[in-house]
Formats: sequence, structure tokens, C-alpha cells
Amino acid sequence: MAQQYTKTAIGIHWIVAILIFATFGLGLIISEMSFSPTSLRYISYHKWLGVTVFIFAVLRVLWRLTHRPPALEASLSRFEKFAANAAHHLLYILIFAVPLSGYFYSLAAGFPIVYLGIIPIPSLIGPHPDIAETLKEVHGVLVYTMAGLVGLHVAGALKHYVIDRDGTLARMLPFLKRSDF
Amino acid sequence: MLNMKIGIQTVLMTSAVTVLLATYAHAAPIDAAKSMVTATGKQMGVPVTGKFKKIAGDVVFNPAQLAQSKARIDIDVASYDMGMAEYNQNILGADWFNAAKFPKASFVSTGMKKLTAFSYTVTGQLTLKGRVQAVSFPVTVKAEGANQVFDGVLNVKRNAFGVGAGDLADTSLVADDVAIKFHIAVPAKK
Repeated sequence: MAQQYTKTAIGIHWIVAILIFATFGLGLIISEMSFSPTSLRYISYHKWLGVTVFIFAVLRVLWRLTHRPPALEASLSRFEKFAANAAHHLLYILIFAVPLSGYFYSLAAGFPIVYLGIIPIPSLIGPHPDIAETLKEVHGVLVYTMAGLVGLHVAGALKHYVIDRDGTLARMLPFLKRSDF
Repeated sequence: MLNMKIGIQTVLMTSAVTVLLATYAHAAPIDAAKSMVTATGKQMGVPVTGKFKKIAGDVVFNPAQLAQSKARIDIDVASYDMGMAEYNQNILGADWFNAAKFPKASFVSTGMKKLTAFSYTVTGQLTLKGRVQAVSFPVTVKAEGANQVFDGVLNVKRNAFGVGAGDLADTSLVADDVAIKFHIAVPAKK
């Protein structure tokens, strides 16, 4: 069994990670801004980033379904394996659910999404001002749930690297050679 | 006695109507409730539409007498509704429509030319935010029940009217092109 993810899986993982941090950061900034030309610009960038995350998420899942990931470290307890699997599944769900909730919020608020200002994304629903606020809250709850999980994900990876000193992190960070341990 | 009172009222009202008709022999007010004027701009590629909720006007249209046909549409700028309070507040502000200083927009036709069997090219003057621009656009005409109905789109450049002042003139945020779409219903004269 391979000890690392494929180069493609590793590449997509880190691209998505960077994009998610950027999108989240921009989202936080927007939520603090009052209505202005700059806020409108940032909102568009935020949506474009979200669409990009979604596209990469689709690619990731397709890759994952066709390429077996490396096994978890044999030293992991049953509980650790269960927790890792559960967290990863939830992360996968949220990688889709967060952009989708933003997409539906935008549509409900009356704004179709035009990727990069050029490519119109099909609108699955029309404007629904009555549910726009609710969708905004749903988007927020999902985002903070995801932020918590990403925190756990990072903490777990660091715990395996620093405390357990096993090869878990090296599966996703190729320059950390297993021989380092 | 009662009958006579009603009789006198009817006579008075009839004469009032006659006087009005004589004064405005050619006036044919539009049916505002059945008419609609919207303006759609693009914000970073995303179409954003607002509707002018208060419009008025007169249209006299006779395909056989185009030279005598004319149209005038008056728009209450402050009635522009984009469906969201923040947007409405901004668009009516000084940088955009400046509705406080320029409460009225209007279109007055100067000429009409036959285009196809059911469409005409209308030329005229569009006044918005105190600026006047000559415009020309195709209009289709059809009968809907007893109404004459006019449909069309007038494409304008917002910067030509100073809508979006200063930094907002930058078309990378809001495109210069704005489509003014109209549907004007004019009840047939009795």
C-alpha cells in the first residue's frame, strides 16, 4: 500500500486549503464592511473564490473515487481511525455545502453568479428575498462549523507530527521524509 | 327633485369632460398600472435590475399619421426600486441618480419611422440627472384588448448622464451600458 497520497491529490489538497483560507478571510472582511463599491468588489471576489473551491472540490472527489488513498498509520487506535474518518467525511461534505449555501444565498438575494465577471453560472433558483436572510445564516453556521473542523484537522495533523512523531502528515507533505523520524 | 339633482350633476360633469377633451384633444395618458420601465446595469458581470414604480406620460400613436404621433414619458426617479434597501439608498444618492436634485427623468419623442410591419424606430431626447441626450431605439407596437402596447429596449451609457460620479465612473465595477426596458400600455381613446 502506498504511503503517500498521489501528487495530484496532494496538489489539489493544498490548492483547496489555500483557496479556503483566502475565501474565509475575505468573507470575514466583507461581514465587517458596510455597503460600498469596495465591499461590492470584495463580495464578487469572494463568490469567484467560492466557485473555484467548488470546482476543485469536484475534481478532488473524482480523483479520490478513482485513486485509493494511503492507509492510516497502523499505530492509530480504533478511536483515532474512527475520528479521522468522520472528520474527513464531514470536511468533504462541508467543502461542497459551504459554497453551495453561498450560491443559494446569492441567488435568493437576487444576484446570479457570473464567474470572473465573464461566465454566468446557471441559476437553480430565482430571487427569494424572504429566505435570503435564512440562507445567509445557514452559510454562516456551515462556515464556522467548517472552520472548527479545519482547526481540528490542523491540530490533528500537528499532533501526529509533533507528539506521535508518526508519518501521518508526511502522507500529505512529501518533503517531510519518513526517514526523518 | 332627486332626479333633477342627478340630472344637473350629470350635465355639469359632461360639460367638464367636454372642456377637458377640447383642451387636450391629443392627450392619451398611459395606463401606469399596466406599464413598466426598468433599468438593468451590470455589476462585475452580474445583471442588476431596478424598476421605476412611478411613471406617467402621454402617447399618441397612429401608424397612418407618424408625423403627428408623439410620446412623452415622465419618470419619478426616486421611485426606482432595486429590491434592497442598501441598493436603493445608494442609487438615489448624489453619486448615482441624485434624486433629491434631479427628481424627474423624461423621454420626449422627436420622430418616428416605420421599421417593419409592427415596429418603428423612435428618436427623441432622454433627460436624466439634468443631462439631455439624443436617443434612437426600436419599438414594437401591438394591440392588447383595447390598449395599444409599446415594447422596447433603450440602451444608454450611464456615464453620458453622469450616473456614477467620481470613482464610480469606473466601469470595471458597474458597466457603462445600461438597458432601459419599457412596456407602455395606452388605453384606446373613446
